[in-house]
Amino acid sequence: MEKKRRDFLLKTAQGAALAACGGLIWTHLLRQEASAAALALRPPGALPENDFAAQCIKCGQCTNACPYDTLKMATAGSNMPVGTPYFEPRKVPCYMCPDIPCVPPCPTGALTKSLKDINKARMGLAVIDEENCLSWLGLRCEVCYRVCPVKGKAITVENHPRKISKHAMFVPLVHAEHCTGCGLCEQACPTQEAAIRIINPSLVQGKIGEHYRLGWTREDAITQDFAAGAAPAPAQPSSPDVAPKEAPGMDTLNKGIEY
Amino acid sequence: MHAQVQPTEEEAKPGRVVRLYTPPATLSGRLWSWRYLILRRVTQLGILAMFFGTARYGWEVAGRPLLTGNLSASEFLGVIPMADPFAVLQQLLTMHVLDKEVLIGAAIVLGFYALIAGRTFCAWVCPVNLVTDAAGWLRAKLRVPDFCSLSRNIRYWLLVLALILSVLTGVAAFEWVSPISMLHREIVFGIGLGLTAIAGIFLLDLLVVKHGWCGHLCPLGAFYSLVGRIAQLRVRFDDSSCTRCAECVRVCPEPKVLDFKLAAENGLVASGECTNCARCIPICPENSLSFNFRPLIKQHNSTATQQARRPS
Amino acid sequence: MHLSRREFLKSAVAASTASTMGMSLSELAEAAASELEKGWKWDKAVCRFCGTGCGIMCATKDGRIVATKGDPKAPVNKGLNCIKGYFNGKILYGQDRLTQPLMRMTDGKFDKKGKFVPVTWEQAFDEMEKQFRKTYAEKGPSGVACFGSGQWTIHEGYAMNKLFKAGFRSNNIDPNARNCMASAVAAFYSVFGADEPAGNYDDIEYTDTMILWGANMAEMHPILWSRISDRRLSNKNVRIVNLSTYRNMSSDLADLEILFKPNTDLAIQNYIAREIIARDAVNKDFVEKHCVFATGPYDIGYGMRNTDKFAYPAEKDTQAKELKVKLDKYEAVAQRKAEGEVVDQKNTADPAKHWMISFDDFKKAVEPYTLDFVAELAKGDEDESLASFKGKLQQLADFYIEKDRKVVSFWTMGFNQHQRGTWVNEQCYMNHLLLGKQSQPGNGAFSLTGQPSACGTAREVGTFCHRLPADTLIPNPKHRANAEGKWKLPAKTINPKIGSFYAKILRDLEDGQVKWAWVQVNNPWHTHPNANHWLKAARENDNFIIVSEAYPGVSAKIADLILPTAMIFEKWGAFGNAERRTQQWRQQVPPPGQARADVWQTIEFSKRFKVKDFWGEQKLPGLKADGYEDNKLPSVMDEAVKMGYSPEDSLYKVLFATPDNLKVKWPDAVAKGHDNHVAALLGDGWFPEKALWQEYVQFGRGKGKDLADFDIYHGDNIRGMKWPVVDGKEVAWRFNEQYDPYVKKGAGFEFYGDLFKAIPTGNLDGITDPKPVPLAGKAKIFYRPYAAPAEQPDTNYDLWLCTGRVLEHWHSGTMTRRVPELHRAVPAAVMWIHPADAKSRGLQRNDLVWIESRRGKVKVRVETGGRNKMVKGYVYVPFFDEGVLINRVTLDTTCPISKESDYKKCAVKVYKA
Repeated sequence: MEKKRRDFLLKTAQGAALAACGGLIWTHLLRQEASAAALALRPPGALPENDFAAQCIKCGQCTNACPYDTLKMATAGSNMPVGTPYFEPRKVPCYMCPDIPCVPPCPTGALTKSLKDINKARMGLAVIDEENCLSWLGLRCEVCYRVCPVKGKAITVENHPRKISKHAMFVPLVHAEHCTGCGLCEQACPTQEAAIRIINPSLVQGKIGEHYRLGWTREDAITQDFAAGAAPAPAQPSSPDVAPKEAPGMDTLNKGIEY
Repeated sequence: MHAQVQPTEEEAKPGRVVRLYTPPATLSGRLWSWRYLILRRVTQLGILAMFFGTARYGWEVAGRPLLTGNLSASEFLGVIPMADPFAVLQQLLTMHVLDKEVLIGAAIVLGFYALIAGRTFCAWVCPVNLVTDAAGWLRAKLRVPDFCSLSRNIRYWLLVLALILSVLTGVAAFEWVSPISMLHREIVFGIGLGLTAIAGIFLLDLLVVKHGWCGHLCPLGAFYSLVGRIAQLRVRFDDSSCTRCAECVRVCPEPKVLDFKLAAENGLVASGECTNCARCIPICPENSLSFNFRPLIKQHNSTATQQARRPS
Repeated sequence: MHLSRREFLKSAVAASTASTMGMSLSELAEAAASELEKGWKWDKAVCRFCGTGCGIMCATKDGRIVATKGDPKAPVNKGLNCIKGYFNGKILYGQDRLTQPLMRMTDGKFDKKGKFVPVTWEQAFDEMEKQFRKTYAEKGPSGVACFGSGQWTIHEGYAMNKLFKAGFRSNNIDPNARNCMASAVAAFYSVFGADEPAGNYDDIEYTDTMILWGANMAEMHPILWSRISDRRLSNKNVRIVNLSTYRNMSSDLADLEILFKPNTDLAIQNYIAREIIARDAVNKDFVEKHCVFATGPYDIGYGMRNTDKFAYPAEKDTQAKELKVKLDKYEAVAQRKAEGEVVDQKNTADPAKHWMISFDDFKKAVEPYTLDFVAELAKGDEDESLASFKGKLQQLADFYIEKDRKVVSFWTMGFNQHQRGTWVNEQCYMNHLLLGKQSQPGNGAFSLTGQPSACGTAREVGTFCHRLPADTLIPNPKHRANAEGKWKLPAKTINPKIGSFYAKILRDLEDGQVKWAWVQVNNPWHTHPNANHWLKAARENDNFIIVSEAYPGVSAKIADLILPTAMIFEKWGAFGNAERRTQQWRQQVPPPGQARADVWQTIEFSKRFKVKDFWGEQKLPGLKADGYEDNKLPSVMDEAVKMGYSPEDSLYKVLFATPDNLKVKWPDAVAKGHDNHVAALLGDGWFPEKALWQEYVQFGRGKGKDLADFDIYHGDNIRGMKWPVVDGKEVAWRFNEQYDPYVKKGAGFEFYGDLFKAIPTGNLDGITDPKPVPLAGKAKIFYRPYAAPAEQPDTNYDLWLCTGRVLEHWHSGTMTRRVPELHRAVPAAVMWIHPADAKSRGLQRNDLVWIESRRGKVKVRVETGGRNKMVKGYVYVPFFDEGVLINRVTLDTTCPISKESDYKKCAVKVYKA
């Protein structure tokens, strides 16, 4: 009897120990997956990341509904919580469909149907690398400003004097209050690596103390090299006396034009 | 070590010639003997194809998307929601309020398996079954011996652990690492590293433990085993014709469910762990096994008992 | 600093040596960077794109442009660039750069319906010559034509102009600047008698008020706009007014935004004139000394064909307006006629004629343009109240009239691409002259240009069908004799009949009058309105079209022969910008493959002809001129022989490799080691660009158009010079004694241009005394009435369409769309529309729609937000996108005087695709 009891207790203890070890490893796995979530840009209407992580059932119905193939499902090993929807604005930004087709198919409410106005979506926050932004350097670029669907609110341009000549600078500024994080700016940014990027606000946004309120409200050598080693010039041995069989442009040209 | 299941003395029925299963000689006969296997593959691949076609090619019926989503949650013809009840259960345990759509979907699926189909998911729907069946087939061909033995109860431990961890970590613990979802998702939406997990399962089943994943570890299978206890679709067992040759036990991925004593008592395979895979049905030399619904089986059995009681 | 793999290996060498000396990481990066830049050769050049004329620096290495930067020494941009300018170096390296002549062939022979096949230059020129001779024999000089460009270098334009006018005796050469600057030119001629602005960009820093009339400078002149912004921000008294038909980005900075209906700028200008008179603000001293009043006929049509023979059925109602116009309520008041009166358009043949009137007549003419009348007519935004709009008009008048307030009016295509473009240009001068606010620092009407050398090449060289170099004109016998003298041609070589203007060449191709056409540095079948006609004519009619191109655009697609062309930094060149600044650059890199400069193509082609091919008698249907037999150009061969020419002399020798020009030797020290592929290929040891330059400058010297010597522009410390360059000095403000040595001492101001400076006298209704009165030194203040647009929205075509550019792309996108970054920034044209207009049509942002006019339709995506905010009833589509060939939809009306097309207004409908 004693032995039986002892055996039972031992077995239970062993099982519990195993379960605890497994649980620890398992938890670690989950933590690691979840920590990657900070890098993921979610579809419009996504709940705050913790709630989203809990509620997203990873069914992919939002990605099915996206007409631009903006939304993708994170595969295992893709540095995103596996199976969750995300997008990469430099590749395909969110075009901010007014009817928000990705939200209604969500069965769990991880994408909340209370989002009726796409301009209220907060998928991320545009952040400018001022040191590599052409406009901040003084060039007349402001591509981000012009492509911004909430232009004039999410991105504004402020004029600053440029000390070395009589040319004003047109400096783009992002306003988190209105930025939807659609990423059109990141996609359009003409620098070699985007100088404006969409980032999870939690990684960049500060917060002034809740104990304080602002006493006012706001009313009121510039050269850039592009990288060497761009697209190579069509290099072909060429002689003035012999015409080759093929030459650049033929394929497009021979498609002709409708008239 | 793996041991062939043999009929024990007390199980063997006296007075009966034990015939073993011989595969039919003709092609049509052979195809007939594979009928459930073919049906299962058609169902598994058909469901996969519907998801795939809807996601990739926008398949529609009467202007409605055919089957959007994946096995975690989906919508059939834009009307009928379906959801993985185990995943939803984990999500609920994270203390989050879910939209009713997914709850209805989970209820529909849960209801279907609990009341009607039993643990059918594992053999008829789950894409991992294709992998583990392949591993099992190869394992038999190569005569791979068991590396170690595992308790088939581990899956219940894992099931409990998944639920506990869902509460503790705030995310659906199994859903986040489930190789089943990974495989299915990556087939439907695009390939990633999830396939390595599947390769792991294949190797586990092939080289380490027979039916290692589905029969020992998978918490989703465990979930459906519990759910499937009262389901109506059952393998009927005709004790009167059974010779206890135990061919069925040899092919069964969950051999414990074919407990002749219990089966004889109930007239059916009662365990929730039975996946209704129907491997056993065509190979029974005496045709003692067949699909049927519980009430019909009962009725049949009672008639049989009455007939048996009637003096002849 | 991004390092490509190869450069990284190189820099790794530096790094490893550096690391042994104990360098930090940041020092290592610097070392890597300087290693990367080792062997780079920097040289000055000019931005390829708009008329601003920014200076850039090019770095080259191993025959490639490896970097560019804004030139910090350039006074225009001080080192800045816009986003197009930023990519100057990359436009050369698109993947589908044309590098080999391509001809439509079947079985080794030219075939109009064949596919493009690579050929040699020899084969290409053989077929060009054969087709040219065939057409010339059949049609004479008017059967051949050239589409030129305001993006030609000065040398290229000059060479082609000479080849056509002196060699082929054909005036059928017209640049795309016709569709860009012609209205400005016509008004410069009629008002001042001389082309191009009096002021310069420094006006921005001197003025207090900048008024934008149809000029979205924020996008279209980005660097000038940053100067304007700086001026506005650094001085609280400076005001900016943006007049437009929709809200564009220039409104962001503007103090006053006036949204008006198309064509009503004509009425707004007259309202200001009326206010100037009513408030007794006329600068009487200035006006009496330096101005006269003038007017011209109103019934001048809309520059369309005068027959509906070629019109699609749907087009006919619009075309009919060319012959008869029924006056609406406002036109009736404006033109002192009855509403509903049908006016025969009698003066379409000579719309530019004008005569002097009295100040009293002028006053009477502007009298109807009261605030009430103009506000009701002109208010463009239906959501704005009439009271608010009136207030804005008054404010605008206040800005102009306020004593001591300096005012600069800027305009570009809003005025120029206008069915009354010349009129509205003249009206702008009208107000500046009435106030005496002209030709002074910070005061003046300033016509901006669109193209980098619209001024330098198209206008100064005179590559138009009616012009010769330095403001001389084809119909003027003295001007022709002058050119013949400078070019050492026999008298009467130059054809006295004005050639076909740009739109007319396309119409000539459609009706078979022109059968051989050469396109250089522009894209007519993409950019000319009502494109479906011209596309079909090019492909279906019996003609031969040669397109010199760097990339396969729309015109290349319809061509019969494509000649691969060297791009800007692959040749020596010169551009002239909007402030009369001439800038030159050297060849930086060799052209790829078989691509060669246009100037080489032109001169090399001339080698195939002899003077006897052209200088004999030539048929010229329609010629009627004093001293000429009707319909014939006389033979000048005898005269030529007397001058020492032989009939067997090649055009190359007579026009280009002249004895004088052969004295200008290549190589030349000015090259500083840079190559010249044109000189190398032409042979004969001469320096074509320099020789042609020195020949060309003879035209303008002593006539207020003086350009400096070739080498001066290439000086290390010169960043272009504003002509006239007198005694080595630039002229900052023309016609002003303080700055312009051409003005007589003591005159104060003198508008010394000599064109159209003797005109008859009359009143508002017509000429009363035909005897021309000389007006030397005076400017004309024109009365021009309001005229309604030829096509207006109706129940079927219910929206206005305006087309134009976007900052990110240049013209038809053949260059900028090859730069991946620019393509990504604006991948496709979209249609901006008011959200309410979209909603009422069931449209959402990004929906694909058809936009359709009487002439054609294209598919485009809807944009309800973004950079342009449309008023209700108005849509805007940029024209850069070959995939949204909006010129299939646009209307080919022109200003009847300037012949410049109006891209800014036609009627369309929009519906879901």
